[in-house]
Amino acid sequence: MADAPLRVLIVDDEAPARRRLRELLDDCTGALPLVVVGEAASGREALDLLHTVSADLVLTDIKMPEMGGLELARHVLKLPQPPVVIFTTAHDEHALQAFEVNAVDYLMKPVRVQRLLAALEKVPRLKPVAGTKLDQLPGSARRFLSVTERSRVVLVPVEEIVYLKAELKYITIRTAQREYLLEESLTKLEEEFAQRLVRVHRNCLVARDFIRGFERRVGDGGDAHWEVLLKDVPETLPVSRRQQSIVREIGRESQ
Amino acid sequence: MESIIRQNTIALELPDFRNLGTILRIVLAVNVLTAVAALVREPQLALWAAQWLDMSAAVEPHLIFQLAVLYAIAPWLARQSPPTGALVIAALTVAVGIAVQALISSQIPRPPFALLRHLLFALGVAGVLVAYFALRAKALSPAIAESRLQALQARIRPHFLFNSINAVLSLIRSDPKQAETALVDMADLFRVLMRDNRELVPLTDEIELCRQYLALEKLRLTDRLNVEWHLNSMPGDALVPPLVLQPLLENAVYHGIEPSSAPGVVSINIFYKGGEVHAILRNPYQAVGGRHHAGNKMALANIRERLKLHFDAEGSLESRVRDAIYEVHIRMPYRSTKAAARAKTAAATDERGRASRDVAAPGTPARAEGPALANGHPGTPHG
Repeated sequence: MADAPLRVLIVDDEAPARRRLRELLDDCTGALPLVVVGEAASGREALDLLHTVSADLVLTDIKMPEMGGLELARHVLKLPQPPVVIFTTAHDEHALQAFEVNAVDYLMKPVRVQRLLAALEKVPRLKPVAGTKLDQLPGSARRFLSVTERSRVVLVPVEEIVYLKAELKYITIRTAQREYLLEESLTKLEEEFAQRLVRVHRNCLVARDFIRGFERRVGDGGDAHWEVLLKDVPETLPVSRRQQSIVREIGRESQ
Repeated sequence: MESIIRQNTIALELPDFRNLGTILRIVLAVNVLTAVAALVREPQLALWAAQWLDMSAAVEPHLIFQLAVLYAIAPWLARQSPPTGALVIAALTVAVGIAVQALISSQIPRPPFALLRHLLFALGVAGVLVAYFALRAKALSPAIAESRLQALQARIRPHFLFNSINAVLSLIRSDPKQAETALVDMADLFRVLMRDNRELVPLTDEIELCRQYLALEKLRLTDRLNVEWHLNSMPGDALVPPLVLQPLLENAVYHGIEPSSAPGVVSINIFYKGGEVHAILRNPYQAVGGRHHAGNKMALANIRERLKLHFDAEGSLESRVRDAIYEVHIRMPYRSTKAAARAKTAAATDERGRASRDVAAPGTPARAEGPALANGHPGTPHG
């Protein structure tokens, strides 16, 4: 296993930057057996590619269209054998500071071949970048939630989420089409997507954009409560007594 | 003078009497001073308006007539030394005052000493205004120096610098010729960024700079960046603040092209209309991420400020979003390269022009007809 060449995936939205990295990796082959298994122009493309080829290392740019490098690093963690991710970046003072603090590996563009080689040699000893570390980095807000289905990583665009409901061990993601099972903390998700999602119940976050209205329901015992009516899905969700204030708040906004 | 501000701070400095801002300031100041004088002369508040009206009968004709003469002689006046200019203005004030009083006294009977009082009042106002404009020019010249610094700092994003160097590095092995071109473009770009950018430059120079900048961006963004030039009715000899367009193109690329993996178009439309130069820049509007604005707003504020410093009320910058297209519209007064300025910049322009012709980057559209119209008559709208 020690002699197997290091499998590298190059991710950058700029073709010249990908070509440059490939040239540098070629220069490293003398010192270290490695093979470039592919190139991708965005995080999303890279994730698709990783379903068909496996890689030990992903060298990824940070700022890319569709999906940036930081979000890619979060989603690859859901792969059966997550690769190590090393970021390449041209300039971003704030991000780099956070990288240093959290000991996340990165290479400055233009990349120096010695620096690249040193990073490559470390790879077998490195573990994938932990999600908790990534949380600390600025600009790591996700555009997708990722769930594992039959060892594939499926991406759910955040803007398609109607609601998130915690049930026992899992969270159910509801979109207009179907449901997915996610293994994350509802509280963390609430923080991350505070702009978009609002808590209506201890176990439930609803997307503001999908709230159609509220309805007063009287239960068998005679106690009344509010139900959230949703766009695009038939079911309704109860509003807990503690969260009742949102009925007025959102009702007012929508007028 | 092209600008109301000149590089050296001289104690006395006359404004550009053809500038709308200057004219408005003079009209406003004279009327306010007349209103105050009327208040001094008339102790009864009820009769104040009548008094003001009465005084205006002499003041307004004088004001309008004198402004018209100043407008007519503005180019000549600008060539005189400021003290001579001030004396000319004083003489003009007396001459116009006598003429106006002569005209009025043939219609309405005037009280004794009306002429003397009129002249003293007019000279006083003229003196105050000359002093005001001198102070204003003085107050603005540090702002110009400041804005030059700002221009230097805000201009090129470090992001662009390092990504471009990276792109050039990627070419060195596969296409050394293109790598050379790119490096020369970069050198030209940084030469402009680092020089003293207080003086106005011909529009053709700014366009050349924009072409070099876009050639570099095209290098790394390849098919994603498409540029459309509409320069057929551009007055190439118009004088504009340096770096008035390039930062906007940088924004267009950064906010409109880079966030999307799909190809996008940046369009540049520059034309002459009714004594003004208009520049309209468009790029796709990417709402994603919501981080569209901080950097963009800073660049817009910077350019708006420099337009104001150079052109006062006659320059403006407006931006808007329409149908997923972000649009910036710049309006500047048309001021052509004067003979003196032409002689001074000819050498520099020549050299720069030659350099860039040798290295015209692939992917850059052929030089458009715009510069060919450079010497079109100022009064004739092109196209």
